[in-house]
Amino acid sequence: MQTWSLVSICVLLSIIARWGVSLNSYSGAGKPPMFGDYEAQRHWQEVTYNLPIQEWYFNTTNNDLNYWGLDYPPLTAYHSWICAYLAKTINPEWVELHKSRGYESTQHKLFMRTTVLVADLLIYIPAVVLYCLYLTDGSSKKKVSVMFCFLLYPGLILIDYGHFQYNGVSLGFALWGILALGLGWDVLGSMAFSLALNYKQMELYHALPFFCYLLGKCIKTGLMGRGLFLLVRVGVTVLATFALCWLPFLAEPSQAMQVVRRIFPVARGLFEDKVANTWCSLNTLIKIRSILSGDSQLYLSLACTLLAVLPSCIRLLTKPTFWHFKLALVNSSLAFFLFSFQVHEKSILLAALPACLLLNDLPLMALWFLQASTFSMLPLFLKDGLLVPYIVTSLGFLFFSIYLLSALDHCSEDKLRLGAYNKLFYWVLKMDLAFIVRWKFYISIAAMVGLSIAAAVLIAPLHLPDLFPVLISTTAFLHFLGTFIHFNVVQFSEPPSRKSQKKSN
Amino acid sequence: SRPTVMAADSCSWFSALAVGVSLLKCFFISAYRSTDFEVHRNWLAITHSLPVSRWYYENTSEWTLDYPPLFAWFEFGLSQVARSFDANMLQVENLNYAMCPRETAGASDTAVSCFLIGSVLLLQVLQVHIHFQYNGFLFGFLLLSVAKHLQSQHLQGALLFAFLLNLKHIYLYVAPAYGVYLLRSYCFTQDNKDGSIRWSSFSLRRLLALGAIVTSVCALSFGPFIAMGQLPQVLSRLFPFKRGLCHAYWAPNIWALYNVLDKTLAVLGVRLKLLDKAELPLASMTGGLVQEFEHSVLPSVTPAVTLVCTLLSILPAAASIWLRPRGARGFLRCLLLCALGSFMFGWHVHEKAILIAILPLSILAVENREDAGIFLILTTTGHYSLFPLLFTAPLLPFKVALMLMFSIFSFTYQCSYYLDTLKYFTFSILEVVFPLSPWQQRLPFLPLLVTSVYCAMGVCYAFLRLYASLLLQREDKPKLL
Repeated sequence: MQTWSLVSICVLLSIIARWGVSLNSYSGAGKPPMFGDYEAQRHWQEVTYNLPIQEWYFNTTNNDLNYWGLDYPPLTAYHSWICAYLAKTINPEWVELHKSRGYESTQHKLFMRTTVLVADLLIYIPAVVLYCLYLTDGSSKKKVSVMFCFLLYPGLILIDYGHFQYNGVSLGFALWGILALGLGWDVLGSMAFSLALNYKQMELYHALPFFCYLLGKCIKTGLMGRGLFLLVRVGVTVLATFALCWLPFLAEPSQAMQVVRRIFPVARGLFEDKVANTWCSLNTLIKIRSILSGDSQLYLSLACTLLAVLPSCIRLLTKPTFWHFKLALVNSSLAFFLFSFQVHEKSILLAALPACLLLNDLPLMALWFLQASTFSMLPLFLKDGLLVPYIVTSLGFLFFSIYLLSALDHCSEDKLRLGAYNKLFYWVLKMDLAFIVRWKFYISIAAMVGLSIAAAVLIAPLHLPDLFPVLISTTAFLHFLGTFIHFNVVQFSEPPSRKSQKKSN
Repeated sequence: SRPTVMAADSCSWFSALAVGVSLLKCFFISAYRSTDFEVHRNWLAITHSLPVSRWYYENTSEWTLDYPPLFAWFEFGLSQVARSFDANMLQVENLNYAMCPRETAGASDTAVSCFLIGSVLLLQVLQVHIHFQYNGFLFGFLLLSVAKHLQSQHLQGALLFAFLLNLKHIYLYVAPAYGVYLLRSYCFTQDNKDGSIRWSSFSLRRLLALGAIVTSVCALSFGPFIAMGQLPQVLSRLFPFKRGLCHAYWAPNIWALYNVLDKTLAVLGVRLKLLDKAELPLASMTGGLVQEFEHSVLPSVTPAVTLVCTLLSILPAAASIWLRPRGARGFLRCLLLCALGSFMFGWHVHEKAILIAILPLSILAVENREDAGIFLILTTTGHYSLFPLLFTAPLLPFKVALMLMFSIFSFTYQCSYYLDTLKYFTFSILEVVFPLSPWQQRLPFLPLLVTSVYCAMGVCYAFLRLYASLLLQREDKPKLL
């Protein structure tokens, strides 16, 4: 079958999967007074449409920041404005100031879900298709398989189409940036990434690798000649994009400052809720939050994050190839997720995107991590009533990636790209690496399945009410830590020769 | 050998497809409050809570047990497992247990849904050679049985079919194909050089073996009920002729076209003052209710008539493989034609029954380009005829996506271009223009009617082409058993 028809069919199937999830419940459905993220998005449409720009981020009588105040950068606000404009033409009740709080109806749900699908179709899905067709190697059948698995990643589908968010837009822009950098269009890439940053500030997790890659490239092409020229062009592009996005807020400094204050709320603590990162998991053994003061917590997490991120970024700086760039993206976002301040469980999506990029090169590790990332968000899904879509999409993803990518066959030493390091880890046992890895995978999946069933069916004992979220987050944490170490090792081992010939640019 | 390699390839492809479709079905389950859950739950309850003698008499719920006893035993087994999930769902009185909306998602609610989904998925995944759709594991049995025949293991194939027949009696449609094929190609061990029958090679031993298999399976299934003298009651549950000629939503068969013709003639007759409006029966065939009704202009159709028509439609196919057997491929074609013929002319056919015909065709489609073309036509009409079931606005993207996918398939294989254009035209009119037009109020059944007619024409076309390919085909070398 021709590639274009296979691609179209896969895209249509992924749309069907997305829409299937969207028929389920959303976050905060039927739960006054605060509801959930769905209501937050609706409220932002209400605020952006009815109030002048100067009031969007300020606490006024018309805009109560305690009720889902805007806490994303301006591009999100503009997007909400566009959606609100459409909403007003269809049914003004949806965005009426004050009166539409907590508005819920099947028509409105259909509208909101459609906005997510349209945003995906315009931004995220084309980026995925182009990436898989032009920046992965292999036969066209392999490329389409990778694309299909990429599009089926459950975490993003469940959060965007279930819980309700617009991660597809920010991740999509970031992916366009990665795509452009991969094709050698640095200026466009940096513009796309700036747009992603202006949509959600969490994209800062990816900022260091972008910076190091571009800087490394400039240094390589000579800091006194073309490299400098490139640096200047990239810098100007970034500044121009930021200026364009923040234009309405640059009139007064207080405006810009308020926006910054909203999007970086440093007053909160080390972590909130149960997250699969170091601090939360450490908290089960030692109560960190009570031992250290607020400031020392901040410094500790800053130090740990920097320490975790630096090796990978420095490696990227010295070897600015696309392969290293992809790995650095995973490592950097995982480092931030594991050690940073005020991390939310949804931030794992920022690490999942680069992992999807590695589906072609390291199928088993990538899909293992992606499955673990979906699993880590299970408590959130259970709260939102998304158990059935979770099961269905996870099963589908696991099945199709194992079947189409032959992930379990690629366990040999050189396939895992561990290079010389595998000798270090496994000579003691004197066993076949592929055998060990496969069995670890099976056990891990079994553990995830078991915990999922337990969390869904059993009721936690009274003296341990958070038993299952804690168990889930600690298990996920162990997986993430393992993935982090593994991908760091891969980044530091020599890539195979054909890779370094193809991807150096 | 090449066919087995291709079969293995297509089987792994089919399993992937089957898993994918099973998972897709789960989305539909949560979307569109399917009564299948309630049916399943009710049968679990009946087989668990009541003694065997009451199984076929129970009618608290509208979903009475109307599958053969082997399926009832299977539900009984499943109910033992269900008991540990949530015993309440096994009370017969708790109608619509799983479907009641609840304020809080309690653990039992999730448990019931999990169990039901899990059992459906498990059944579909357990079979290796699974194929599409809603009664997945039964189709798996059918495919397995056919595969056994293709591999010349006829006794196993016959055993599987006997099981299948006792699990769901709809497969009676294809029993003639099995009967004729096994009799002709298995019981007569050799043919004459020109392919005609050699009476002297009749093997009584083989006939007896087949008979023993079939009777033992039926005894296992029906035995207890015959012993209790309940056979007439069971049969009346299994073959409910009290229901009308057509299902509430007309399956795309000959009778749909017949109904339309009748209605048109009635309307014309009234307009042209040839008939008196008062004489026409008031009950509308299109009212969506399942009752007995009569045709106004054309003669009414009785179950006996449909039986005769079905037998007549099957006769040429059966005769063809009797006189000139073409091995397992010919059997498959005959099977397909029996299924399609029964679908076209049967009494109270459900549109899902088209899947029994699509299944064997898919095996043939893998090897033969012409069959692939017909397969696409049938699947297109098959899936399009299900669209009226997806009538709420949130389900529109599914319909669009499915239609686009099928169009891409058929465009790539360069067939049925005109059918596609017509389909797009019909679809856009029915989905977009019609709801906004003034006729929506007066003729609300019109979309269903148009869909039925359109699909019926597609099915008829496929039927005729398949018959042509069977009768005009050059013979394969008859396979020696």
